[in-house]
Amino acid sequence: MRRTARSTTLTALIAGGALALTACGGGSSFDDDEPAGTAEPGTGDGTGASLTLLIGSSGDAETDAVNAAVAAWSEQSGIAASVNVASDLNQELAQGFAAASPPDVFYASTDQLAGWVANGSLHPYASELASADDFYPSLQENFTVDGEFYCAPKDFSTLALVINEDAWTEAGLTEADVPTDWDSLRSAAEALTTGDQVGLAFGPEYQRVGTFMAQAGGGLVSEDGTEAIADSPENIEALTFVQSMLTDGIAAFPSDIDTGWGGEAFGSGRAAMTIEGNWITGALRNDFPDVSYLVAPLPAGPAGQGTLQFTNCWGIAADSSNQEAAIDLVEFLTATEQQAEFAEAFGVMPSVESAGDDFRSTFPEQAAFLDSAEFAVGMPTVQGASDVIADFNGQIEGLRTADVEAMLQSVQTNMQAVLDSAG
Amino acid sequence: MSTTRSAEATSASARSPRRSPSRRSGVRGREAAAGWLFISPMIVILGLFLVVPVLMAAWVSVSDWTGRGSPLSSTVGFVGGENYSRLLADGGLATQDFGTAVRNNAWYVFLVVPLQTALSLFLAVMVNRKVLRGRGAFRTAFYFPSVTSSVAITVLFLFLFSASGAVNKGLSYLSITGPNWFADARGVVHVLLGALGVQSGPAALTGNGFLGITWWSWISGPSVAMSVFIIMAVFTTSGTFMLLFIAALQQISGDVEEAALMDGTSAWQRFWYVTVPMLRPTLFTVITLGLIGCWQVFDQIYTGTQGGPAKTTLTPAYLSYQSSFEQQQWGRGAAIAFVLFAIIVVLTIIQRLILRERDTVPRRKRFIHPIRTGESGAVPGAGAQR
Repeated sequence: MRRTARSTTLTALIAGGALALTACGGGSSFDDDEPAGTAEPGTGDGTGASLTLLIGSSGDAETDAVNAAVAAWSEQSGIAASVNVASDLNQELAQGFAAASPPDVFYASTDQLAGWVANGSLHPYASELASADDFYPSLQENFTVDGEFYCAPKDFSTLALVINEDAWTEAGLTEADVPTDWDSLRSAAEALTTGDQVGLAFGPEYQRVGTFMAQAGGGLVSEDGTEAIADSPENIEALTFVQSMLTDGIAAFPSDIDTGWGGEAFGSGRAAMTIEGNWITGALRNDFPDVSYLVAPLPAGPAGQGTLQFTNCWGIAADSSNQEAAIDLVEFLTATEQQAEFAEAFGVMPSVESAGDDFRSTFPEQAAFLDSAEFAVGMPTVQGASDVIADFNGQIEGLRTADVEAMLQSVQTNMQAVLDSAG
Repeated sequence: MSTTRSAEATSASARSPRRSPSRRSGVRGREAAAGWLFISPMIVILGLFLVVPVLMAAWVSVSDWTGRGSPLSSTVGFVGGENYSRLLADGGLATQDFGTAVRNNAWYVFLVVPLQTALSLFLAVMVNRKVLRGRGAFRTAFYFPSVTSSVAITVLFLFLFSASGAVNKGLSYLSITGPNWFADARGVVHVLLGALGVQSGPAALTGNGFLGITWWSWISGPSVAMSVFIIMAVFTTSGTFMLLFIAALQQISGDVEEAALMDGTSAWQRFWYVTVPMLRPTLFTVITLGLIGCWQVFDQIYTGTQGGPAKTTLTPAYLSYQSSFEQQQWGRGAAIAFVLFAIIVVLTIIQRLILRERDTVPRRKRFIHPIRTGESGAVPGAGAQR
């Protein structure tokens, strides 16, 4: 009898010990992440009277601006609303959707959109907005799935060529030399390449290199979104051009020159030109305030001008208990004046055309970014496209020595598979 | 994965008191109730937070759940082994990603487990020596990385191994140009082969493959970036395992050592034929924990490289997270977790078979051999001992 009791205790101890070991030895930390979204209990669901927002903020400036705007709306509408900042937005949203208690309004990215549309998490409301036609058409297209305009573009950004003025004059270049096509880009980069400075730097990813593909008339998905066109001759031409610049040493990836991203490479003086979006202006102001620069639209390729655009939208959850108030809030947040305020607070580009003039006069040096909206193309939004692009990015890191055709062939296969299964 | 073991252990402990009342009646019967009462918190907690989630994950892995609402709701359909076949047989991007992740992690395990076991045993033997001064200080120093948060250490390593970081500075004094560690996707084996003039593999290796990637990619070795994680894992975990070895070493009584000494053994022989065999249970524990921990590596990847450069630090655990939370492929994410579970269980069983205690000493081990020369027979001194 005593034996039984002892062996039971022993087993319990072993069990407890094993549990403790699991906790320390395993190294899985899924359960360690405390979701910020649930940090404020008691708001949102249940009453239906108040709203919760979940945003992925770029910093205090953005958080404060959104908080102020939402508070202003609350005062005006009499509906309480709270803003939560996510540390890992996708994960926290996924938890909300699975638990059927998502935040009412949240930032939604283009690569998540298709998945959320497919599982019915999003409420398609954008065409109901009074200002629906004011959004840039290319942005509307980004958030339209099967003819349904799902959510209102929050803001957007495009890529342009950022040029270091001091390096420019030092290399004996003038305003007339600002690259307008690939040849002039190449010659400018050659002139700007010195011992410890490379002419052009950009991240090793489709989100930068894709601009050359757009300029060559290529892309990843055909215009009607049914066919992959990754292995088209236009793309081969574009990547071969990029590859030749890399092998000639007049272009480099940031990691090759000890930096983390294009903006750092540019600001630290290791690169004289970079391809970045307008977020670079804030980064340069904070980290490299002494660098003087000018922004030009990206040069034209064989098929004319082209660049990429990135955008998020204000998603409204299908499970939200107060969709009407949520739509009203989004209407307020995307209004022309409010977007102008956001632009001033944290440097984003307004998603409505009516705020364009205001942006141009407030930030004349950033006009090139906004001008690029005319010929910008968005990222593929089909579900699974982000995997393919992630895989492509992995291959782009080795572009310097890669077999361009084989690389694009693999992207073609993967992208077509994704399109077929999304069918 | 060891969580399942603990769950089984608990249910085993739950069973034993239930059997007793059938044999003993009366006053003993109430002990069973008390037993249940005492273990019920554990059963409830484990059931609620381990068994139920594991079962739900198993269901998700064979369902088409899209991440909205409960996976048990009526709108979620059963898709059989589709998620698994996508992962293992399809040859598409999902298979390639999984193959890449398994490749990366297999190299990680292959290097980390032996290295950390050897290093922790070495450290334990060193700090266990009575002649060593300031043993406590050494023990604390070696154990310190284990109590530091892995996120903090990862960030530290990101700085140390950056292109112009301290490690490369140190190498530059030796006139070595260090690689750009965390951005270097080249496999170490490929680099070594490249140095020998082998730039691309034979057609037999590049033409065929397994899990969507070629055999040539399988043997690429860990990328330079992954090698940093390997160094880091050895650095952080060997302290923990050193502690286990120290505890085991202190269990070995001094007379065993003295007896071996009287038999005229050398220090190496005493270590290899006396100490190490007596450490076998601990060795088993250390290797099992090492295997499990290494196959589940996640936090370093999540904070450090997120799978880059060129997916060479992608691991199944991180891929599972990414598929589920970033790509809304919940079924695939769960399937990855279960395949990972299977890998760990199979490897643990294999390791158990190799390290199991045999009742009889194998014939070739009955005599003191200088090294395990196998069947050579011409072991010097073997005849004399007979």
